[in-house]
Amino acid sequence: MSPMVQGMLTIVIGVGGCVGYFFFSNLILDKVIFPAKGPNPSININRANLVRPWLFLFPAMALLGLYLLYPVVGSFYRSLFNRAGDEFIGFGNYGVMFADDGFQTALFNNFLWVLFVPAAATFLGLLVAQLTDRLSWGNIAKSLIFMPMAISFVGASLIWKFVYANNADIGLINALRDFFGAEEPLDVLQVAFWNNFFLMVILIWIQTGFAMVILSAALRGIPEETVEAAIIDGANPFQVFFKIKVPQIMGTIVVVWTTITILVLKVFDIVYTMTGGNFGTEILPSYMMSYMFRDDGRATAVAFVIMIVVLPVMIWNIRQARAEMR
Amino acid sequence: MDNIAGTKSALGWVVNLSVVFLVVLWLIPTVGLLVSSFRDRDQITASGWWLSPFAVEQNYQAKIPAGEAVRDGDFFVIEGNIFNGGEGEVVRFGGTRAAPTAFAPGETADLRRDRSLTVEANGDFIYKNPDEIKRDPNVYYSQATPSRFSLDNYKTILFSNGMDVAFINTFTVTIPATIIPILIAAFAAYALAWMDFKGRGLLIAMVVGLLVVPLQLALVPLLQLHNKVGIGQSFLGIWLAHTGFGLPLAIYLLRNYMVGLPRDIIESAKVDGATDFQVFTKIVLPLSFPALASFAIFQFLWTWNDLLVAKVFLPSNSESWVMTVKIADDLLGSRGGDWGILAGAAFISIAVPLIVFFTMQRYLVRGLLAGSVK
Repeated sequence: MSPMVQGMLTIVIGVGGCVGYFFFSNLILDKVIFPAKGPNPSININRANLVRPWLFLFPAMALLGLYLLYPVVGSFYRSLFNRAGDEFIGFGNYGVMFADDGFQTALFNNFLWVLFVPAAATFLGLLVAQLTDRLSWGNIAKSLIFMPMAISFVGASLIWKFVYANNADIGLINALRDFFGAEEPLDVLQVAFWNNFFLMVILIWIQTGFAMVILSAALRGIPEETVEAAIIDGANPFQVFFKIKVPQIMGTIVVVWTTITILVLKVFDIVYTMTGGNFGTEILPSYMMSYMFRDDGRATAVAFVIMIVVLPVMIWNIRQARAEMR
Repeated sequence: MDNIAGTKSALGWVVNLSVVFLVVLWLIPTVGLLVSSFRDRDQITASGWWLSPFAVEQNYQAKIPAGEAVRDGDFFVIEGNIFNGGEGEVVRFGGTRAAPTAFAPGETADLRRDRSLTVEANGDFIYKNPDEIKRDPNVYYSQATPSRFSLDNYKTILFSNGMDVAFINTFTVTIPATIIPILIAAFAAYALAWMDFKGRGLLIAMVVGLLVVPLQLALVPLLQLHNKVGIGQSFLGIWLAHTGFGLPLAIYLLRNYMVGLPRDIIESAKVDGATDFQVFTKIVLPLSFPALASFAIFQFLWTWNDLLVAKVFLPSNSESWVMTVKIADDLLGSRGGDWGILAGAAFISIAVPLIVFFTMQRYLVRGLLAGSVK
């Protein structure tokens, strides 16, 4: 059966199954198990209403549990076993991993990414948001800067391969170097240490639009009186921006920053397509992929390290969400 | 606010210029790719895409037929035209492989052992050699070729490279993986927004927490699980995986939106005797359309652009490659130097997301805002 037919069938079965499940489970609950008639209908109605939320929640919770909760435990458990998965070796994978040069490079590079990408993307996003705020053609400008968000990391990497190409007739960087008198083209992706930053530029290029959209909405939400009062008191545009506007949207800036940080810890595509992790550009997600299919013990150990790094943000997010609900 | 005292017009200029600068900076890489994808593959390596409207100098090599040599005094001489009467203009020429463009047209190149070569701009050449000419001598020249734009790269990729299969596969992965989670998430979001039960707060917190769980964690255990239950690496497997991974965001977005719906409507419907199921299907679901659209766009872009999940949960044979895998694992590896093909392939893979992006941007922005700002 061709995948396309299979796909259509899946849509029909999936959607039909969902609708059927929700409809019939409710019907059975109301008509068969706790019918709203007989000796004590009101008790039955109350009981039915106690059960119903779980009918609504069940498919989602089952999938969440299986596809996101179970893996946290499952990955940790698997990481305690050797490559073949038949011998318990405790924290052996972690020990070998931390001693590995490749892992240390990946950890260090990832640290650079986490430090640099969210900062640059948030800053540029804020800059664009502020600059376009009162501009007549601001929406067009924003839409164009937002566009890379729609492009896959693989597509974006290819786009930037044309910028970084080791050839003055293809790559813009080398064309510029050539223009300023450099003799030989330079493969910027092989320049130790700095190549990491050239890769980060790609993600910044993508994420600036995201930061811009959210921060621009936050800037719009600032009460105009505060800005007007500052201007009347003689504040110049820079003071208005840094002393009045930025403090008021600090909460949003933090949200944007953490969201991009989380993303940075997941993206393996850029490194994978641009350098394959060579020339000292490995980061944790790509390091993990180099062990995927080869040594599941090592791969899960790396994945669990990523999880540990993400954990503080997760806890912070949950606390924020709980505070909001009160 | 432009008319408030303190806003200077000079500043306005600076703002306009810097925004123009930023937008151009942001667009240049994509424009480069787009232009390159239409260029002739030999021209891509011969001149930068920013020079693509102009003629390109490309180097060629021709052989002078030794059989046409004529004795002229002390020399054997060959005369002729390197274009063989065709059109063309020689820009530079040379007589050795080491220096193919050493001389300007009209100059005489003195070669080793008293040989000489003269090439005119129209292609006429004179070759002189004191010895008898046995093998065809080489002449190297560069010629200005007018810039050529064509759809050849796209034709090559689509019809001879398996990109058509990858394109269809991407759709096959994307559409069920977008539609199925919406429905499941909508019911759960309704329960979390409008139904009272014990542990609701805890479940919401869990969904928020799961939003940031790194996908990497899920790969190994789930692939093992899929293998154990017989799904293995297959389309069914990737649909399930994408559904599971998309649910936290879907539930979170939809719940945030549904909570904001007016309480009166829902309560009056309940007073009139509507069950929760009816309230959901007849009132909440239609009203939540903007949020549903937002999530659908997110999930579509995410599944279309995904490389990681496709690499792990789909079979690794070329019939099941989606476009991202095709580009990253096949085109970049085996045709790493074929820039025309790469540009065309990249543009095919980003065309659909770009269309979705520009037509549905409103919903995308709304979804982003609902997802991260309160």
